[in-house]
Amino acid sequence: MAAKDLSPKTRSEPMSDTTSLLIITVAIFLVMYLTAAYLFSDKGFAKPQMFFNLLNENAALIIISCGLSIVMIAGGIDISVGGLTALITVACVVHLNDMEGSSFLTSLLLALGIGLAFGLVQGFLVAYLDIQPFIVTLAGMFFARGQAAMIDTQTRTVANESFSALAQMRIRLPIGSVNNNGVFVQAYMELGVVIALLVVAALFVTLRYTTFGRSLYAVGGNKQSALMLGLNVKRTKFLSHVLCGLLTGLGGFVFLLHVRSGAVTHAAGYEMDAIAASIIGGTMLTGGVGNIFGTFIGVLTKGAIGNIVRAMGLVGSWWPGITLAAMLCFFLILQSVITSRKRAKIG
Amino acid sequence: MANETVLFAKGVCKSFPGVKALRGVNFTLRAGEIHALMGENGAGKSTLIKVLTGVYSKDAGEIFLGDAAKPINVKSPREAQDLGISTVYQEIGLCPNLTVAENMFIGRSKSPFISWRETNARTAKILADLGIPAKPERQLANCSLAVRQMVAIARAMDLNCKVLILDEPTSSLDESEVESLFNLMRDLKARGVGIIFVTHFLDQVYKVCDRITVLRNGELVGEYPLAELPRLALIEKMMGKELQELSEVHAESRDFTGLTPLVEVKDLKSEAGIEPFDFKNYPGEVTGFTGLLGSGRSECVRAIFGADKVTGGEIKVKGQTAKISQPLEAMRLGLAYLPEDRGRDGIVADLSVRENIILALQVMKGFFRPFSKKRASVLADEYIKLLRVKTASQDTLVGSLSGGNQQKVILARWLLTKPDYLILDEPTRGIDVGTKTEIQKLVVRLSSEGMGITFISSEIEEMLRTCSRLIVMRDRKVVGAISGSDLSQDNIMRTIAEG
Repeated sequence: MAAKDLSPKTRSEPMSDTTSLLIITVAIFLVMYLTAAYLFSDKGFAKPQMFFNLLNENAALIIISCGLSIVMIAGGIDISVGGLTALITVACVVHLNDMEGSSFLTSLLLALGIGLAFGLVQGFLVAYLDIQPFIVTLAGMFFARGQAAMIDTQTRTVANESFSALAQMRIRLPIGSVNNNGVFVQAYMELGVVIALLVVAALFVTLRYTTFGRSLYAVGGNKQSALMLGLNVKRTKFLSHVLCGLLTGLGGFVFLLHVRSGAVTHAAGYEMDAIAASIIGGTMLTGGVGNIFGTFIGVLTKGAIGNIVRAMGLVGSWWPGITLAAMLCFFLILQSVITSRKRAKIG
Repeated sequence: MANETVLFAKGVCKSFPGVKALRGVNFTLRAGEIHALMGENGAGKSTLIKVLTGVYSKDAGEIFLGDAAKPINVKSPREAQDLGISTVYQEIGLCPNLTVAENMFIGRSKSPFISWRETNARTAKILADLGIPAKPERQLANCSLAVRQMVAIARAMDLNCKVLILDEPTSSLDESEVESLFNLMRDLKARGVGIIFVTHFLDQVYKVCDRITVLRNGELVGEYPLAELPRLALIEKMMGKELQELSEVHAESRDFTGLTPLVEVKDLKSEAGIEPFDFKNYPGEVTGFTGLLGSGRSECVRAIFGADKVTGGEIKVKGQTAKISQPLEAMRLGLAYLPEDRGRDGIVADLSVRENIILALQVMKGFFRPFSKKRASVLADEYIKLLRVKTASQDTLVGSLSGGNQQKVILARWLLTKPDYLILDEPTRGIDVGTKTEIQKLVVRLSSEGMGITFISSEIEEMLRTCSRLIVMRDRKVVGAISGSDLSQDNIMRTIAEG
């Protein structure tokens, strides 16, 4: 009996889960945004600045979502990022306003330090003491908001020259639009957007071209197998949380650059926004599948939904939420179909 | 080349609480051979493999690698891999969300960066060299199970493995996939790798292996060249002959012509992958399914009871065509099933003896009409006495009883539903001789009262004592039926071997 050809009968090479989910995400975002630009051009949707405002608004969320995606790819979850962002804004404002010799640089270091500390502790508890990441970071979330309130319950605006100079920095772009008075106005980005784009690029490379990046996928895909393949599963999980903490530190700093104030109530629900963005971007809650570029698009999709819903004249505050919920359901069903189709094919 | 020893284990012992899993087992693997490791359930095959690969630590004995004079002491699968002992498991071992090439190389590179081009090129070369039909860039989840296993083997080969252990690699492959796996195994054999092949498919053993080591009850039965051990002899060695200490129980053959069968099935098959089979059981008759472990004994009765999804064929209960899609429907038709795996399918360890006994009856009655405590305790008491369950009280948690008594509790549960047809799947495994005899006597008595019973056991002696007709299975197929005066151990073994 001759051995049959074992390769599947499909003509083209099947795509990986990560790639197929990414393509769907990007396609949906483009269709959605271009349609809005066409339909609501009177409301400025076609103007480049509208798009860059989306980036300006969401730079911090992009960085934070990237950190969360990394944890999710490794099979974990982190719901402390919102609380942590609030804590960082409060701590940095107190530092910038009340301490001698503070500058944007020391506040950046402070933000990164707080993020790192959270990452180290949470990572240790999750990876080495084998506690559920949801529980660990739930505690982290309460702790961070509580700590922020302990430092200061008031909303305070940053009054530090070096920081304000940085926050007001505008990166003018060669594109723009003509305003009502017939004057050409260049579109601009805030500094935070540049940082966010650099983070996305760096993480994209890390996830795709480094041993550490691939280990995250292996651990998230199948812990037991990753162990058998000779990977250090515990260290990989630990590092995913450390990296997420650091990125939240950076994200918190960018958040502060944008809002220029610190408050306990800042970044409310950010952890859920970041999870939603990651899922829309094609990261699977079960781990092992995800893409940083997808997460970036996920954040923009989430942000654009809000803008479009407002442009449609649906003023109720619930509309963006309901639309987002529908999107999320759609993506979760899609993911479930992709995985079950695969299981059916192999089994 | 075939004479050089690559692995030599001497006097390996391993005990678990209450069980001696391995008792002074010797094992020799030569370079360039495929060596089958055979034995029934509990013979110690997997324990031996786990000792060799460092999953378990051995209690006594020595393991030598190659011609080294110093024994090795393997502490983890990773260490075993570094020494050149690799295991390919059926399920775990690779990450399905990564590509073929990544699965080959992940965890081995010292560099923090990955060159995809180089990884893919090296993988393509290794796969081509071994004749494995897989593309390096493809995600493993998109490959068939056979290819996944071959990729795992390729990884082991690239790690310079000298000893390759394949643990039930063929159980979820179809025939042509098995064939290509065998081709790969023969190729590796020609390259001088020693392969340990664990399987329960006899045909496959005779197709690819050179030598067979048989274990039984944790002891070495012997090591034989394939040519010197015909099938029949192999089965005898695996099953052994039981002592004739329980001969007082015996089933009578009766004539059932003219009666309506209690249960009759035609061309029944299920999702568990058994070949379609016919079967009938008359009232008062004790039938049995026999065959080696994994031959499909349990799958047949699970299909009848609706525990596995039926995919074809017909079931008649008392002459009426019945549609059984879940166990509850079978129960309502008067069928009862005592499952093979007590822990998983039967016992609710955290409930009391009484609650476990009334469970099945309660399910049939409906959960919204509970028994009064008094009624439940009367029922439980009756059956505790009848079956002589050794328990401190009705309120004792079942988990704290011995295996034999747990078995009696499950038996009581099903007897309480007053079934017309009772299926007992390995009811006597792991229980003491006294209880075994009691259960066998009970089976004979119940059948004489008109109950139809199907009895499954790994011990042929026990089947011979209780059953009046035996269905013989091999490789998920019914290969024969023996009844009346033809029932003998030799006949059964011959049927299993030759069918």
